Amino acid sequence: MSTLAERATAGDVRAMARLISMAEDRADGIDSLMKELYPRTGRAWTIGVTGSPGAGKSTLTDKLIGHFRSKGSTVGVLAVDPSSPYTGGAILADRLRMQRHTDDDGVFMRSLGARGSLGGLSRGTREGVLILDACGYDIVIIETVGVGQSEIDVMRVADTVCVVLVPGLGDDIQAMKAGIMEIADLFVVNKADRPGADRLVHEVRGVLEFLRGRDWVPTISQTVAETGDGVAELGERLLSHREYSGKSGAGRERELARLKTKIEEIMLERLSSQVETLWTDRREELLEAVHERRLDPYTVAEELLSRA
Amino acid sequence: MSDKKKIRVVIAKPGLDGHDRGAKVIARALRDAGMEIIYTGLRQTPEQIVTTAIQEDADAIGISILSGAHQFYFKRVIDLLKEKNASDIIVFGGGVIPEDDIPSLLDLGAGAIFGPGTPTSTAIEWLEKAVLTKS
Amino acid sequence: MGVTEFEVTEFKKAKAVYESRVDKTLQKNPERKAAFTTGGGIPLARLYDPESLEGHDYARDVGFPGEYPFTRGVQPTMYRGRFWTMRQYAGFATAEESNARYRYLLERGTTGLSVAFDLPTQIGYDTDHHMAAGECGKVGVAIDSLADMEILFDKIPLDRVSTSMTINAPAAVLLAMYICVGEKQGVRADMLSGTIQNDILKEYIARGTYIFPPHPSMRLITDIFDFCGREVPKWNTISISGYHIREAGSTAIQEVAFTLADGIAYAEAARKKGLDPDDFGERLSFFFNAHNDFLEEVAKFRAARRLWARIMKERFGATNPKAQMLRFHTQTAGCTLTAQQPENNIIRVTLQALAAVMGGTQSLHTNSMDEALALPTEKSVEIALRTQQVVAYESGVTSTVDPLAGSYVVEKLTDEIEAGAMEYIRKIDEMGGMLHAIEKGYPQKQIQDAAYDYQKSVESGDTAVVGVNRFQADEGTSHRKLLRVDSSVEQRQVEKLRKLRESRDNVAVKERLEGIRRGAKDEETNLMPLILDAVRVYATEGEICGVLREEFGEYVENIVL
Repeated sequence: MSTLAERATAGDVRAMARLISMAEDRADGIDSLMKELYPRTGRAWTIGVTGSPGAGKSTLTDKLIGHFRSKGSTVGVLAVDPSSPYTGGAILADRLRMQRHTDDDGVFMRSLGARGSLGGLSRGTREGVLILDACGYDIVIIETVGVGQSEIDVMRVADTVCVVLVPGLGDDIQAMKAGIMEIADLFVVNKADRPGADRLVHEVRGVLEFLRGRDWVPTISQTVAETGDGVAELGERLLSHREYSGKSGAGRERELARLKTKIEEIMLERLSSQVETLWTDRREELLEAVHERRLDPYTVAEELLSRA
Repeated sequence: MSDKKKIRVVIAKPGLDGHDRGAKVIARALRDAGMEIIYTGLRQTPEQIVTTAIQEDADAIGISILSGAHQFYFKRVIDLLKEKNASDIIVFGGGVIPEDDIPSLLDLGAGAIFGPGTPTSTAIEWLEKAVLTKS
Repeated sequence: MGVTEFEVTEFKKAKAVYESRVDKTLQKNPERKAAFTTGGGIPLARLYDPESLEGHDYARDVGFPGEYPFTRGVQPTMYRGRFWTMRQYAGFATAEESNARYRYLLERGTTGLSVAFDLPTQIGYDTDHHMAAGECGKVGVAIDSLADMEILFDKIPLDRVSTSMTINAPAAVLLAMYICVGEKQGVRADMLSGTIQNDILKEYIARGTYIFPPHPSMRLITDIFDFCGREVPKWNTISISGYHIREAGSTAIQEVAFTLADGIAYAEAARKKGLDPDDFGERLSFFFNAHNDFLEEVAKFRAARRLWARIMKERFGATNPKAQMLRFHTQTAGCTLTAQQPENNIIRVTLQALAAVMGGTQSLHTNSMDEALALPTEKSVEIALRTQQVVAYESGVTSTVDPLAGSYVVEKLTDEIEAGAMEYIRKIDEMGGMLHAIEKGYPQKQIQDAAYDYQKSVESGDTAVVGVNRFQADEGTSHRKLLRVDSSVEQRQVEKLRKLRESRDNVAVKERLEGIRRGAKDEETNLMPLILDAVRVYATEGEICGVLREEFGEYVENIVL
């Protein structure tokens, strides 16, 4: 019998879906499956779509899927919603605006809870990208609410990050400047038919002045995702960022940084579970000794590690 | 190293029925019980519901229907799951479903039908147990 | 009002005595609960007395029946003159079966018809559309074309019966069909009376049978206002509905607030189109829910009437009293019906009907006891209608106008509901009006929160539901007779439709559908006459809505959970 990884890469949707769950649950055996998949990754173009709640990200993603499908690309989507910090549960409703694509075999959509990652992207999400990449999707779109850590995280996963803003939501550009300006490869002013859109574009442009002289200065697209206005143009601009990343080597740099984080993360995870096992048998005794000042924490740690 | 497996449930409103109070209440109750709920909104075709459940690797599909078209939709969803080799996905439901109709829905392969007035805790307990025995 | 200082002192003394008695009683016998609230969560005091109504001004806040602010009712004599219209919502299967049910109801003394359409009709799909599969005739009657409508009203004289149609997104099409049936019976449009629900905002908020996005939907609505103002002057062009908002789980205050905020949005749209509030205001009607908490419900109807009068006068400058009056239909609360011990529903419905009547409703639907299970049978529909007749003819509450006025608690609750609703309306105004609030998911979220709180309170036992979480009986499996609509109904309807498409003048149909398309592109064109033209040559509802879908696009709901 073939492995889950083999079935998934052969196009078995259930297997793909199961792999993503395993990655999310950190299920036993997932790492060896990821090892199998890794050689097949590296082909997909990953686009991050982030922005405030209510900015129209899902509708925009829906239209982008349509755009890329019309160009013949297959598309995988990972839509991340926050999890309840109390129960760990979540209601994931991003699909709602993309459901028309469920009938299309060239589109795979998956909703993910942010789970314990404090607003950031869970490891499951990051591995979800690799899984969809290995399964041959040309484009992987990650849609995530731009709060806290996730917008920084999205840069660590995506080749191209697009930040969606909308007039009248009280987006304070000045306040967002520090975080967002650094991660955005493109800006989208969505609901551009609303009053205040021009002013918002103007404000973003003002902020971008600071980036003048860089190799890549983010562009500002205007869209009305509801009607699809401006989406084709946005698609083109996303593509030109991809071309820039390829030609300039910026993409490679980003990839290397991403891999560094990934390898370190895997090592840290392994080490921390090793640390657990290093002293399970002597924990009580050592704690007592340190508590009574017979030993100090530093010596204990050094000694335990030296046995590793 | 394995985290606890999360129960994932698609809550679906098939067909044209717009009464989603029950669907939303059960979605919230399941969330508060620690599950991940994929909520697809109104007017879903059986095809959409089944594809969603598969892509989402859902453990279960909860169907809420008040329009009287339950026989039609349960049958279609369960048939499609079979067709797609996904019969292990549990199907349960609720809404305005006369008691006399419940046996035939269970015969089709529905795991449970929760009629009006069922406490959400009953559904949660049932679902947790059903998912556990399935895997 | 001439209360002497002596009287005030006496009152305070007496009250102090009472309060010390209460304290003593409480020591021996504590009350059943630490705090009491209405069903909608308004705190209730142990006792209301004249002090509760401090600042309350009879002339300003209550007044006389038939006079601004209409707190006590919209007519001077109310039910001493004429009872409310007893209007039972009905419709199922095909036009033939529903026609028979209407004639059954008319023979038994209903005084108005109320048409329930099936879901494909409500969402603008013909029965043979793939999205319609399995739904034909289930929650109402299937109407695909004028041919069905002719059968639906066969031998029912449209000049003598008023007809309410629960139709929203495609309201223009169904109204056009009704006008055509009238023409064929020789009844001119200006003689037709009735109501179309035509309230799209509450579909977005609570009921879910929308088709088009808000902007074109509002245009269709104001096109109807404009057209009917000229051609069908006796028609109620909209029934602004709180019923479904309440069914979705809102509180009483939210029901009033969101319904009137919807009303404001329609009135603003009409004013923007250049219509006069004194004219279109007369044709606005409302639709509320009669829920379990008797006193709160009576107060709710009174508060809604007063608040709407104030809104029309102060916000829209209406001076025509008829445009200030809130006239409303009521339906007893379907969501309070239980599948367990269904006979108990008869009693619930009785109390709810009584609240609607004490609240001054203009028409009433009483639910049948088996509606938590399925469509009602003839027997249960008859009991429901008899319930209204007992309230009207036997209870005596109809013999004097607004009998609960002056009750300290009812007046106080009336004030509180009005104030609570005003607070919501203020928030919605701050968001830029109801359309923006809906886009943000604001009313939806408020309603869902209330629904979830209610569920939790039933499950914890804080809220008692007889037969469900209290006084349960082990009933075993009940095999009661239920009305069923089988799949042969769908086959018959599809066949009828196929024949229609063969026999009608398809060139004319195509031409008129293109006419609608051109009209849709031009905001200045009123679509009503174009839709009438198309309906007349038997263009189907699905075809007309299909063209509009292509031109207007479709709405996708906004979920905030």
